[in-house]
Amino acid sequence: MAQPMSPAVRLVHVSRHFGSVRAVDNVTLDIAEGEFFAMLGPSGSGKTTCLRLIAGFEQPDEGHIEIFGETAEGVPPYKRNVNTVFQDYALFPHMSVGENVAYGLMIKGMPREEREKKAKAALAMVKLAGYEERRPVQLSGGQRQRVALARALVNSPKVLLLDEPLGALDLKLREQMQEELKALQEELDITFILVTHDQGEALSMADRVAIFNDGKVIQVGSPIDVYERPRSRFVADFVGSSNVLPPAFAARLGGTAKWTSLRPEKIGVVPAGTSVPAAHTHLDGEAKTISYQGSVTRLGVDTGDMMLTAEVPADGTSFEQGNSVRLIWPISAMVTMEDDA
Amino acid sequence: MSHAATIERGEGILDRISDLFLRRPKLLTLVLLLPPLLWIGVVYVGSLFALLLQSFYKLDDFSGLVVHQFTLLTYAQLLEEANIQIIIRTVAMAALVTLACSVIAFPIAYYAARYAKGWTKALFYLAVMMPLWSSYLVKIYAWKLILAKEGILTWIAQGLHLNWVLNGLLSAPVIGGPSLSFSYIGTFLVFVYIWIPYMILPIQAALERVPKNYIEAAADLGADSRQTFWTVIFPLALPGIVAGSIFTFSLTLGDYIVPTIVGNSRLMIGQAVYTLQGTAGNVPLAAAFTVVPMAIMGVYLWVAKRMGAFDVL
Repeated sequence: MAQPMSPAVRLVHVSRHFGSVRAVDNVTLDIAEGEFFAMLGPSGSGKTTCLRLIAGFEQPDEGHIEIFGETAEGVPPYKRNVNTVFQDYALFPHMSVGENVAYGLMIKGMPREEREKKAKAALAMVKLAGYEERRPVQLSGGQRQRVALARALVNSPKVLLLDEPLGALDLKLREQMQEELKALQEELDITFILVTHDQGEALSMADRVAIFNDGKVIQVGSPIDVYERPRSRFVADFVGSSNVLPPAFAARLGGTAKWTSLRPEKIGVVPAGTSVPAAHTHLDGEAKTISYQGSVTRLGVDTGDMMLTAEVPADGTSFEQGNSVRLIWPISAMVTMEDDA
Repeated sequence: MSHAATIERGEGILDRISDLFLRRPKLLTLVLLLPPLLWIGVVYVGSLFALLLQSFYKLDDFSGLVVHQFTLLTYAQLLEEANIQIIIRTVAMAALVTLACSVIAFPIAYYAARYAKGWTKALFYLAVMMPLWSSYLVKIYAWKLILAKEGILTWIAQGLHLNWVLNGLLSAPVIGGPSLSFSYIGTFLVFVYIWIPYMILPIQAALERVPKNYIEAAADLGADSRQTFWTVIFPLALPGIVAGSIFTFSLTLGDYIVPTIVGNSRLMIGQAVYTLQGTAGNVPLAAAFTVVPMAIMGVYLWVAKRMGAFDVL
């Protein structure tokens, strides 16, 4: 390694424009070695372009990219020690699964016997031992996903890039793959950079999450950090859901006179007139919408000034539309945000 | 609301037919498929079979009549030295034309599939298709003028003081001749010109179907442009090349107009068939000659399949 202390990937004031669209706009990020890093944002937020800049499929218009301390701009993808798992897998249809996995090794000139052995081991690692002779078209989506993973990992990359890798899988499979990916990352101890629009995926797998919007990085932090302490209205709203309280409203309820985030699950719903404990605040209102979601029930409560969403565990207490209810929450549950973006 | 309104049963004959088809979807498929199946079965394959049958008859040399009796004598005649020469000449020409077409067509198709967008793509289609809209004969006669001794090519060669190149080419054994329009070189050039759209379009279609992310995946896995081309792009374009070569190869094998107008007087298969069934009245031998391209194409496709050219399809 050139500089032992350098991060795995470093972006310094990186921008990438497509015409007048600033797909990536002045992004600065350090991604540490061995980290599971997620780039989370809505579609068109620049996260995929950011990944493609690291892979080398795009070159920055401005700024500087380092991969393990070495300058990356101007270096073509085939000379970078990073590998990508593509969104729709991009498995070569004219090759068998084994040939697909061994492709990178073949390009490097590794003798056939050795690369076949390595491909076999890589397929075993993703639980597809014995699938070498199949064609990609004969596999299910989940299996293709694993082949794509094996094809990337067999090259022992220092950084693995994953572009919405689980997007095409159904819910159960997605949850299973999330656990497997996490376990694999810990076992291999290499840097994973995951691009996703699914906040659940980012929160459950990543060590750190970067939230993207409009080409910019809005907030970087641990999953707990970005969920519990969103710094902007966008993050509060995009990661999970949130009641965003205007400054005056928050101040009236005992908070700070700034834009404030209040998570629905922090709000308790009790019958009207129930006493309010110390260090708590309350609002009375009328339950307008009730949506049963299995483990929780979501209530939309009209408090006169604004609608608040509360989420209560399904513990048997039931409310009906039109009920007068009292919303109670600890004052500390109101998170003051730094900007109103 | 009454029940009569929710399920309406039509009473007309058309309603009954449509109900019948709904209940028996296979019947509908059969009815729809019958006309094309009849066309292919009777008109297409049937006439081909009649042709094949002809090749197993023979011409009575004395009476000049076709003897309708099974015999392999016509095929024995096909294998005579002069006829074998015709076959070899034609196959060699078709192979060279196909090779040249694929080499020239590939970069054009690649450009059109990968880089041409909007109006450049429209221009590409126009440029490739437009020659197909003008008469085949006019194009060939135009080429005859271009290639003639007093034609534009000679004129250009003179202007550039490259006469010696042209004369050198024409004095070459076999492919040479008195002028380009009376040589195999001329025949070859015209064939390449008139068949090349049939090579460009299938290759372009095959290349269009190669998603950009295959190329990115190859680069991601360490392949430079040359390696990506030979390991990913070319194998995926191969079905297109094979499809194009089927056109150029078989069209050249059967054509009799190009070699008649531009070329020396040695016959190609198409010309042999034309003369045999016309003036000579030897339909059996003409039929046997047409079996040759069919057999060659059969072998060609079999080899292509064995080599995995259709694996991606």
